[in-house]
Amino acid sequence: MSIGMPDDGPGAAIRFERVGHTYPGAHAPTLAGVDLAIPEGELCVVVGPTGSGKSTLLGAINGLVPHFTGGTLRGRVTVEGRDTAVHRPHDLAEVVGVVGQDPLAGFVTDVVEDELAYAMEQLAVPPAAMRKRVEETLDLLGIAELRRRALVDLSGGQQQRVAIGAALTPQPRVLVLDEPTSALDPNAAEEVLAAITRLVHDLGVTVVVAEHRLERVVQYADRVVALDGRGSVLSGPPGEVLAGSPLAPPVMALAEVAGWSPPPLSVRDARRLAAPLRNRLTPPAVHAHGESGSGGPVLLSARGITVRHGHAGEVLAVRDVDMDLLAGRVVALMGRNGSGKSSLLWALQGSGTRHSGTVQLQGADPASMPRSKARHAVALVPQSPTDLLYLTTVDGECERADLECGARPGTTRAWLDRLVDGIDGTSNPRDLSEGQRLALALSVQLVGRAPVVLLDEPTRGLDHSAKERLGGELRTLAAQGRSVVVATHDVEFVACWADEVTVMAEGEVVAHGPTAEVITASAAFAPQVARIMHPEPWLTVQQVTDALAMSQPKSLRDPEP
Amino acid sequence: MAAAASRTTNLLLLGLILAVVSLVVAARRGAAPWARGFKYYLWMALFVVGLRVVFRVLLDAGVGTTVLFTLPEVPLPEVAAGIRLGGVVTAEAVLSAVREGMRLATLIICVGAANALANPKRLLAAVPPALHEVAVAVTVGLSVAPQLVESAQRVHRARRLRGESGRRRHVLRDVLVPVASDALDRSLMLAASMSSRGHGRLAGQGRAARRGAVALVLGGMLALCAGAYAWLDATVSRPVAMAALVAGTAAGVAGMVLSGRRVVRTRYRPDPWAAEEWAVAACGVLAATGMFLASSRDPLALDPSPNVLAWPQLPLVALVSVLLGALPAVLAPPVQPRDAHRSVRAAAGSTAPEVGVS
Repeated sequence: MSIGMPDDGPGAAIRFERVGHTYPGAHAPTLAGVDLAIPEGELCVVVGPTGSGKSTLLGAINGLVPHFTGGTLRGRVTVEGRDTAVHRPHDLAEVVGVVGQDPLAGFVTDVVEDELAYAMEQLAVPPAAMRKRVEETLDLLGIAELRRRALVDLSGGQQQRVAIGAALTPQPRVLVLDEPTSALDPNAAEEVLAAITRLVHDLGVTVVVAEHRLERVVQYADRVVALDGRGSVLSGPPGEVLAGSPLAPPVMALAEVAGWSPPPLSVRDARRLAAPLRNRLTPPAVHAHGESGSGGPVLLSARGITVRHGHAGEVLAVRDVDMDLLAGRVVALMGRNGSGKSSLLWALQGSGTRHSGTVQLQGADPASMPRSKARHAVALVPQSPTDLLYLTTVDGECERADLECGARPGTTRAWLDRLVDGIDGTSNPRDLSEGQRLALALSVQLVGRAPVVLLDEPTRGLDHSAKERLGGELRTLAAQGRSVVVATHDVEFVACWADEVTVMAEGEVVAHGPTAEVITASAAFAPQVARIMHPEPWLTVQQVTDALAMSQPKSLRDPEP
Repeated sequence: MAAAASRTTNLLLLGLILAVVSLVVAARRGAAPWARGFKYYLWMALFVVGLRVVFRVLLDAGVGTTVLFTLPEVPLPEVAAGIRLGGVVTAEAVLSAVREGMRLATLIICVGAANALANPKRLLAAVPPALHEVAVAVTVGLSVAPQLVESAQRVHRARRLRGESGRRRHVLRDVLVPVASDALDRSLMLAASMSSRGHGRLAGQGRAARRGAVALVLGGMLALCAGAYAWLDATVSRPVAMAALVAGTAAGVAGMVLSGRRVVRTRYRPDPWAAEEWAVAACGVLAATGMFLASSRDPLALDPSPNVLAWPQLPLVALVSVLLGALPAVLAPPVQPRDAHRSVRAAAGSTAPEVGVS
């Protein structure tokens, strides 16, 4: 269903006609009756909860669905005039470029230059043209100085740009990206998004992007395709499709609360409308959740932690960090990729290498405890939760976790049901969605009733409702007297749910303090509401809503003239 | 160099070959992971020599006159009458064991040097088009191995979080299942990525042409087998055997070229084959032929009698051919220095998850 946009006739670059798809062995179709026409040169953002068929929709553009993934595709998908039923993915390579979620898993060669040339080699482009196009792509994406670097040595943002370049060298007219910024820190994500918008505006490439975190990308989007999880889509301009939806970014949610219409999509547009709102409301106190200084006793105390990596310990991941974790607090650990957040969390838990420094938890050092006891002292959920899971059913995992911790049978399952409902006990953990897998891993680790809970990048790949549930659960854990540390890039999540923020860079702590103080201090880290209402320290839409509700009775109490 | 080494058991010459090979490796290997494996070949070679000596000492070391020491003799039952366990150990026997061991060790080290100096992916890229699919499969397999190792390390670390309370026999399952499913997922993602970029395109070719190519290759192989058998069999005349060999080779090559036409690919910056490459190849060929010549002219110097304890001689031709093998150390183009930028993520890659390590 299309809102408010004329259905371009033959000019559409991508056209879906009554498309439906069912995976083999699935109960219900993933897509049903999808009608979509994306004109040429548009930036189209695909949104929807996890498991609603975003990857299926993107795969159908390229022909990977159904040629590669199996299943039955009904209807017709046409890209630049070519029907995907007749053309296989390798035939469409010169028309559609695809960038997957994990760029490193999609690299075929070792070196940047060879990776860029790979697609052209497969398409039998003459060598002289290949050299020229490689140079042009290196310049277009700003990666010219990386040309002879090994792919595994690049940072996340650079890898993502190389993956985009590798898909661009055959000069396709359509580019499809599946969650390109999910693993990136805010600055790297900005670089990738800038490259994408440049492609759209300078080269006229049609770009289709699937994203969970809309804050950054919605201002550049020409069209939003929202999947509702039942197989159908809603397509139209962002202001109309996202109005009132829980998936809307904070700027649009704020517009709705403040009554701005048409809703602004970028921070700049919102600031132009925000002046009366700022004047009307009294700014909140700097304590975001009202708990600065009201934390409980110190549960874990770390001094002088140093962690080294590499064969000869030449890379210093964490330098001499001190940390105190108080009961009842949620601490967010932020910093760009490579700043040492993971290494610090593993060192605190005791299972990671720690070259010097002391960690004291109720008088004992977690590193010197046997692993089964350390689990009851500090619980850590690693970056990829599936590393923890190796049994074939969810029930099996729960029972095993109960056995390992000596808890009453059914404890883990109870935790899991509180975190997320409707998980079939006989399903394989690897078939669950991202949010469900994280919930399972979290339950398995929480059964040990550890007073300190550490989570390493749990928000990656989670959709909006899963993040809400996770945030609520973290608050509950803190209310039970535990200390929670979350390493994350997601500023909006931190603004809603964290009491304190610690920022790391190059292995050292560069900032530490209450959330409102730290994340409003810099432009890169500030949430959207903070940037709109600058210089006042607002953090979330909920704060503004509450303040508005409180200010209403006051105006009614104004004496009438 | 391996061909040269196989012709001799002269200890001095073998030692010289070893030195020459190590020199070339040290001068021309890069910093890539496969190059670092050379020292394992050295260890293996040492192990081979040691094993040979030990077996010789234990089993049959009584040849010759210079007695080193005597081991207690263990009587064996009648069935094993030919084998003697323990007994007198002579220097000649030990020396001959060392010689044999050294020959094998030198061969192993030559193979190891070839391994260390050559980038397997570049070699695979130079494979003829008919074998392209096989080469791609091998290339992908080569990149999977380090990923498996890294995946296993990550899973092992995560197991410690759960307290490692599983029984011993479950360790394999606990590590194997996540690693295997991780490897499967990654290989599927890689396959999707390669397919989306055009891998797997085939130029149309008539059925007749395809059938013809298959027939040529099969027929060529049969002819080669027949020719080899005829060559070794003394009753068949030489010209017939030679003709069969030549015809078989020609048919095989023609079949490969024909089927190679199906794969439509160009190469980006193929490795140039210039004067330096010819020079290096020439050195290798000359070293081998020199040794063959020396062994046919003066076999006793190259292969001294195992039962005489004498200082080995050094014939001139053999010496020159071995030293020729050292020339590639200067002739081959130097390895381009890779950007030595080791980010935290690369260094931590051995002990931490690789995507977005923070």
